[in-house]
Amino acid sequence: MKILVCISNVPDTTTKITFSPDGKAFNTGGVQFVINPYDEYALTRAIELKEAQGGTVTVLNVGEADTEPNIRKALAIGADDAIRVNVKPTDAFLVAQQIAHVAKEGAYDLILMGRESIDYNGFQVHGMVGELLGIPTIAPAIKLDVNGSTATLEREIEGGKEIIEVSLPLVASAQQPMTEPRIPNMRGIMTARTKPLQVLEPVGQDAKTSVQKYELPPAKSGVKMIDAENAGELIKLLRNEAKVL
Amino acid sequence: MSVLVVIECANGEVKKSSLEAASYGSKVATSLGTSATAVAIGDVQADALTSLGEQGITKVLLDNDSRLHNFVPAAYVKVIAKAAASENSSVIVLSNSNIGAAIGSRLAVQLSASLATNVVALPEISGSAFTVRRGVFSGKAFSDVELTADKKIIAVKKNAVEIETAAGATATVENFSADLADADFTGAPKETIKQSGDILLTEADLVVSGGRGLKGPENWHLIEELAKTLGAATACSKPVADIGWRPHHEHVGQTGITVSPNLYIAVGISGAIQHLAGVNSSKVIVVINKDPEAPFFKAADYGIVGDALEVVPKLIEAAKAL
Repeated sequence: MKILVCISNVPDTTTKITFSPDGKAFNTGGVQFVINPYDEYALTRAIELKEAQGGTVTVLNVGEADTEPNIRKALAIGADDAIRVNVKPTDAFLVAQQIAHVAKEGAYDLILMGRESIDYNGFQVHGMVGELLGIPTIAPAIKLDVNGSTATLEREIEGGKEIIEVSLPLVASAQQPMTEPRIPNMRGIMTARTKPLQVLEPVGQDAKTSVQKYELPPAKSGVKMIDAENAGELIKLLRNEAKVL
Repeated sequence: MSVLVVIECANGEVKKSSLEAASYGSKVATSLGTSATAVAIGDVQADALTSLGEQGITKVLLDNDSRLHNFVPAAYVKVIAKAAASENSSVIVLSNSNIGAAIGSRLAVQLSASLATNVVALPEISGSAFTVRRGVFSGKAFSDVELTADKKIIAVKKNAVEIETAAGATATVENFSADLADADFTGAPKETIKQSGDILLTEADLVVSGGRGLKGPENWHLIEELAKTLGAATACSKPVADIGWRPHHEHVGQTGITVSPNLYIAVGISGAIQHLAGVNSSKVIVVINKDPEAPFFKAADYGIVGDALEVVPKLIEAAKAL
């Protein structure tokens, strides 16, 4: 089984988000970038499937050279090889187009990624890749098993879950509780250095959106404290002042 | 040119998030000088659709193919694409639900459309420029995004827009068929498992959420009783889900579920930045924590410093007395 796992490079979850004074750019200074947490679930599940059933796991990142430390981390966790498509991922369609191209060329059986990236929160790329390839997309999947050429997945829906059986190839996006992410060990870190990382140029840069400006939400006006002894007063304030009850 | 709104239904009724999408779509239609049509898929009463007139919808296309009673992305997309073609729609409005996002991304490719998810405000339309505001960085910021393709798809975040209610206005309901083939149903669910009884976290207007300050799963009845008394859904912080006190589908935060209810009550949650990212677009935030230095108080509208096990029973008592 050939598995392609798409990872994006995102600010660490504890990052305090700030922008340039004109609001045009995210300030990356001093920010640590990590593998998108949802993508880590996809990567770990792919490695588990490979360990159980054989096959290969290729990691794909659409991004510029500064993402390579996190690509190496994915190799250290257990992916076999990696591809980086050398373009700034400014638009979901642009990214999906690159992934679909790589997936088609490599004839992958499974294309996995996280449900969304924690920076742009698009929740779009997996569906676009599935449509570009003309194969099913199951998103967001909370469970994934493969038996021969059939995959069984659980998809989270509002108010429950669905069990879906579908033939490979397919695209699935991961979210908890699919698996627990792994931390690279020393041997993984050493071998990752010698694993192949191929850099490809993009196949077109056909963006359909353009970010004009970023803005932070207005600061809260301040918290109104209520004495714990008189906690019931809160319920009255929520009804009469905040009008949410 | 027209605006098409995709209506999601559950148990024969239109979902609240779809009423919001309908209100949004009809406002966009007004600013474009056109009308708003809706497309509804699956098992829903015509009466429920007629009343979409109150949200400004003039006509509803209903495809009640029984194979569509479960969500199958490819089939839904085909119905919506055909409806968009028959209405000559240049703007399509969806809810930012799991279903809406799954449809939106596939539809965007089919129609060569621009797609914006997580949209929190009406578009700014100036000449040919069409710009929407969306939540990014897990709710820690907004971005204004220009949709540059001729066709635009917008997925509206829950609770971001008010529901219009023009009393008495009705929409006409027309049957619609996309002539689906069996091949369109690849990936149909084999089995659906519904949670019973509980209020859905993703649909809830009120959420009561607990963290490690509850001290153990044996105290969770306090969260449940407060939620039940208020008519709220229950949720939890990541550490609580990780140690197995609560199931993962209740975990709210950056890597869990993002919620934007009218009221979020956080009990015994200190307010790590990852948790805040999942809840900070809630309209009113209440924080109950015994540590007066808990960072969550900075994001709160109302706060109580105290032990959850002592404070929550008082809240339950006061809520029962309402």
